[in-house]
Amino acid sequence: MAAVQETVDRVKSVDVDAYKYGFVSDIESEKAPKGLNEDIVRFISAKKNEPAWLTEWRLEAYRLWLTMREPDWARVDYPKINYQDLYYYSAPKSTPGPKNIDEVDPELLRVYEKLGIPLREQEILAGVQERRVAVDAVFDSVSVATTFKAELAKAGVIFCPISEAVHTHPELVKKYLGSVVPTSDNYYATLNSAVFSDGSFVYIPPGVRCPMELSTYFRINEQNTGQFERTLIIADKGSYVSYLEGCTAPKRDENQLHAAVVELITLDDAEIKYSTVQNWYPGDADGKGGIYNFVTKRGDCRGARSKISWTQVETGSAITWKYPSCILRGDESRGEFYSIAISNGRQQVDSGTKMIHLGKNTTSRIISKGISAGRSNNTYRGQVLAQKRATNARNFTNCDSLLIGETCGAHTIPYIEAKNASAVFEHEATTSKISEDQLFYCMQRGLSAEEATALIVNGFVRDVLQQLPMEFAVEAQKLISISLEGSVG
Amino acid sequence: MLGDVKAAHSAAEEKLVAEFARARGSLPGAAPVGALRDAAFEAFKSAGLPTRRVEAWHYTDLRMAMRDALPVAPAPKADASLKQKLEKLAPRIADLETTRLVLVDGYFVAELSDVTPKGVTVTALSEALAKGDAAFVEALSAPGMGQGDAALALNTAFMQGGVIIDVAAGTHVAQPIEMIALSSEMSAHAVYARSLLRVGKGAQVTLIEREVSTASQIEQRNHALVVSVADEAQVEHVFVPAILKSASTYVASLLAILGAKASFNSFTLVQGGGLLRRQIHMRFDGEHAKGQLAGASVLRNKDHADTTLVVQHVAAHCQSREYFKTVLDGESTGIYQGKVIVAPGAQKTDGAMKSHAILLSDDATMNNKPELEIFADDVVCGHGATVAQLDEDQVFYAMARGLPKPVAESMLLEAFVDEATDRVESEPVRVYLTSLIGQWLSQRGAA
Repeated sequence: MAAVQETVDRVKSVDVDAYKYGFVSDIESEKAPKGLNEDIVRFISAKKNEPAWLTEWRLEAYRLWLTMREPDWARVDYPKINYQDLYYYSAPKSTPGPKNIDEVDPELLRVYEKLGIPLREQEILAGVQERRVAVDAVFDSVSVATTFKAELAKAGVIFCPISEAVHTHPELVKKYLGSVVPTSDNYYATLNSAVFSDGSFVYIPPGVRCPMELSTYFRINEQNTGQFERTLIIADKGSYVSYLEGCTAPKRDENQLHAAVVELITLDDAEIKYSTVQNWYPGDADGKGGIYNFVTKRGDCRGARSKISWTQVETGSAITWKYPSCILRGDESRGEFYSIAISNGRQQVDSGTKMIHLGKNTTSRIISKGISAGRSNNTYRGQVLAQKRATNARNFTNCDSLLIGETCGAHTIPYIEAKNASAVFEHEATTSKISEDQLFYCMQRGLSAEEATALIVNGFVRDVLQQLPMEFAVEAQKLISISLEGSVG
Repeated sequence: MLGDVKAAHSAAEEKLVAEFARARGSLPGAAPVGALRDAAFEAFKSAGLPTRRVEAWHYTDLRMAMRDALPVAPAPKADASLKQKLEKLAPRIADLETTRLVLVDGYFVAELSDVTPKGVTVTALSEALAKGDAAFVEALSAPGMGQGDAALALNTAFMQGGVIIDVAAGTHVAQPIEMIALSSEMSAHAVYARSLLRVGKGAQVTLIEREVSTASQIEQRNHALVVSVADEAQVEHVFVPAILKSASTYVASLLAILGAKASFNSFTLVQGGGLLRRQIHMRFDGEHAKGQLAGASVLRNKDHADTTLVVQHVAAHCQSREYFKTVLDGESTGIYQGKVIVAPGAQKTDGAMKSHAILLSDDATMNNKPELEIFADDVVCGHGATVAQLDEDQVFYAMARGLPKPVAESMLLEAFVDEATDRVESEPVRVYLTSLIGQWLSQRGAA
């Protein structure tokens, strides 16, 4: 793709400082005071008129969080975060619960425009009714616009902000919230449980194939505001949904914390396809600023023959700490993980997946492509585990790393644990630079060094790009090229 | 969480502290060696016995496994029975003339050992430590290797036996040197052996480490071999650790440093027995060197065998190969952790690592953790790891030709392990290793 070519020639030329999406929009927001204590947790809960059980759930998580330690095993290095110096709630000022696009703050729409939300999606936001993508736009912390509700409702699909679902579908939220990522899961997930602001809630009823791809755009906006998204997707028996998540963030000097939690649940024969394009501000050339992305994403294939597929294109953030995982509980369930992680400048990426095989005849597949450039470090960390009961568990893992330049690092740390004789696990990993032979071959056919490199990088990540829905694939290619700009000289 | 609260010393750790205080005066070595021991013991004390919290020990909890710490083995009394025992327990490898060096409970016994050929000097560890020559102490401590490893620190603190083998520059040692380690079968004890093989520039040598244990009690062994391969030298190394009683613990470290254009080929055959940790650190200090680490582990019952490698490419243009096979039966646990580190500037590194395992039982567990840590761009590094069971089709094929199932399986397993033993240069040694694997397989059939 052209992206690769651009990638190559731009990697070095890309002035990391010139972050294209680095702007701050002036939207007034309503903030909770800085810092975190039980009162803040109650404040957030009260702001959303949450029922008592949820307030208690948050407080319990908060109390647990106080007893936990920040994990330090990841290969990332950053100054200690002062959790008392952050804002834990900020809501954009806008008419409460806009019913249609006209009620949405025009400033918001301008932000989307700057973010380069695909034209079709902008049309949707502007009220043009051709689009088949529903956008539940999360602006800072509160969902402000949800489209296509009617059509989704016709299919019986529930797609709304989780804060709304708490009121409209409390039985579902209560049943599934925290059932995949418990409040005690890890430091950041626990923090999220205590202070989560908002996020998407999706429920696909039995036998329904969601009529469109669901999409959410995240945006971190308010200075010093930690973003604590909480996403919960439930695919009931025999249903299917494809969910897209994409993000960009304005430029900042202060490091920003993002600790999201995503929970996916598939019942018998259901399938969820979850795609992410992440392009948060990575910091300047010296690594100053940039987002800390500490995310807990986990899917639970609860039903037999269910399937969860994660696809991610990670190009942004100063620090990424993210392991979208699958718990393959149902017999014959399947987990997939496709990842492109690109690091440039001083970015630090520690990402990978976990495939936990519990049920019989479960299968999983991991394809991870890491590209390091500049002075960045890119680590794949993954676990594949077959429990004793997981007869005939099958895994194939392929993680390849590509190094551009001699000041970056690429690391692979897989944990492969088989406790069942019939498990078949295969793992392969390679690390290399772009092959001289391949370059020579391409250049001999008339391509410039840059074009040749682009072509090769393109081919390198192709396996994963192919997994993305069309709309995203285009955006992802663009991102890859932008994030590698200036890395090839 | 409670992670930062240092738990109280375990019983074994307390015993080790007491044992160090008791034995410290009688352990060999001049003053600088004493300082080395003290520093190592302090390092051990602050770290404690390794637990799963230590990433390099992710799958082996030595602290849990060592309920007790046994006293350091005393020097054996030389008597005629040892010689008979040697002949009986360690018969000559067929078709292979070797120069034998015999160690009993880690102590070098010159009376039982062969005279070494020209160009090869052998010194007992105690003798070398008594001299305390600075260059020797440095070589023995292999600076920069296995740092922070509490088990290795324990070895340094307690090293009581071992042998120093020096091969003069340019010497081609025709006969392999065979180090035979016996146990005296005295009351339960711990052996801390530290040996050093220094191979001079352009020299060539083969070292075979064979261990035999007939002890009826639990043993605790901590064995370390430092191999220093000078420029253009070539070293072949084979290690067959003893099969200890269950509930024994064994940490066997190998620290190899390779000079420019050097070549090092090491093979380890693990046949189970309690908890065994084989840890190998290999470092490329000079360019254009080649290092190969291979091994096979055949495990059953509650055997726990951990193979952990750290390969450091410091110099450019070097090649490393790691190739390990594991067969697991019963309730055994196999671990393979391999880490290849390519330092900044170690361009043109060529590294390939493989670990393959076959699980024969649903109660067996195999853990693989092959790691790459790469800081140079012009390198080719890869690893592969597989876990599977015997191929049913292959078993069926063999059975369809009239072989009983156990025979068919043994044949396939032998072929599986052979791919690793094939990496041993010397044919008689290969045959010997295959015979040991055959014994293990025949016991399987009998069971």
